Amino acid sequence: MENLIIKGEAKTPTIDFNYSNGELVISGRSIPENSIEFYKPIIEWLESLKVSDKDKIVLDIKLEYFNTSSSKCILDVFKKLEEIKGVGKDASIRWYYESDDEDMEEAGQDFSAIIKVPLELITVEEL
Amino acid sequence: MDKSHLFEVYEDLDKRNVVLSFKGDLTSDLLTSILHVIEQKLDRYNEPTPVKRKVFNVLVECLQNLYLHSNINEQEIKDKPSVIVMVAKSDNGYNILTGNVIAKESVKLLSERLTNINRLTKEELKQLYLETLTDGKRSSKGGGGLGFLEIARKSKQKLEFGFVPNNDKTSFFSLNVKITQ
Repeated sequence: MENLIIKGEAKTPTIDFNYSNGELVISGRSIPENSIEFYKPIIEWLESLKVSDKDKIVLDIKLEYFNTSSSKCILDVFKKLEEIKGVGKDASIRWYYESDDEDMEEAGQDFSAIIKVPLELITVEEL
Repeated sequence: MDKSHLFEVYEDLDKRNVVLSFKGDLTSDLLTSILHVIEQKLDRYNEPTPVKRKVFNVLVECLQNLYLHSNINEQEIKDKPSVIVMVAKSDNGYNILTGNVIAKESVKLLSERLTNINRLTKEELKQLYLETLTDGKRSSKGGGGLGFLEIARKSKQKLEFGFVPNNDKTSFFSLNVKITQ
């Protein structure tokens, strides 16, 4: 399976999904007006990951900002991870936030409460 | 408009501590530029990071609301009505003001929605946000019904809004979101 690399832009995040080591990273800003289009290939890639032979997947979320259009797509990404976990693979999420960013911490807690994949909140000085 | 009138407009905006104002058509690129300009201003004013984040987040949602919803029935209104955006410094933070023309039929629903949001406690707002996040509904334009809830959660204050009849088919909807330290 190929890696999925998308370079970040002013309103879209950097996607660095590495198949060989199972490390997936979404970083930067996710504030497009219509996020469905942007997240479509990401969801599709995760769908193929589900049927691949990779059995351990870690998704790192290192977002500085995300808008409400993205939040439903991020939930879709997490739901895909649930499915991946559902087929017997080891899937987990690490949600990074800057130590003084209460809103991003709360957003991580919100997602953690509604998804069935282990989500670890990790505080850092700077993303 | 003569040159003295333009100066009056300028002075009025200046007196109200407006750091950015725009009236016209909002495109995706312009939206990006406005966000960029505001980020630079907030840096230049040495605003604390939490204030910068809140202003940025709320402005993103306000601008995208305008962007997604200012396209009202174009058959009825020949020209796409322009929107207005202002960011003004207040005594203890910022006010983000937006205005756009909406169909008269939308006034009641929008007014009820915002009145309801203003009635909710912090915890109730969070619950409604989570319910809406997980409802699986999406508009074709990518909206998910979360914008105003997010704005209210980030602002932590009541949303100020109003409607002014524009003509027999439309009304002008104004929203003022307060961000304080």
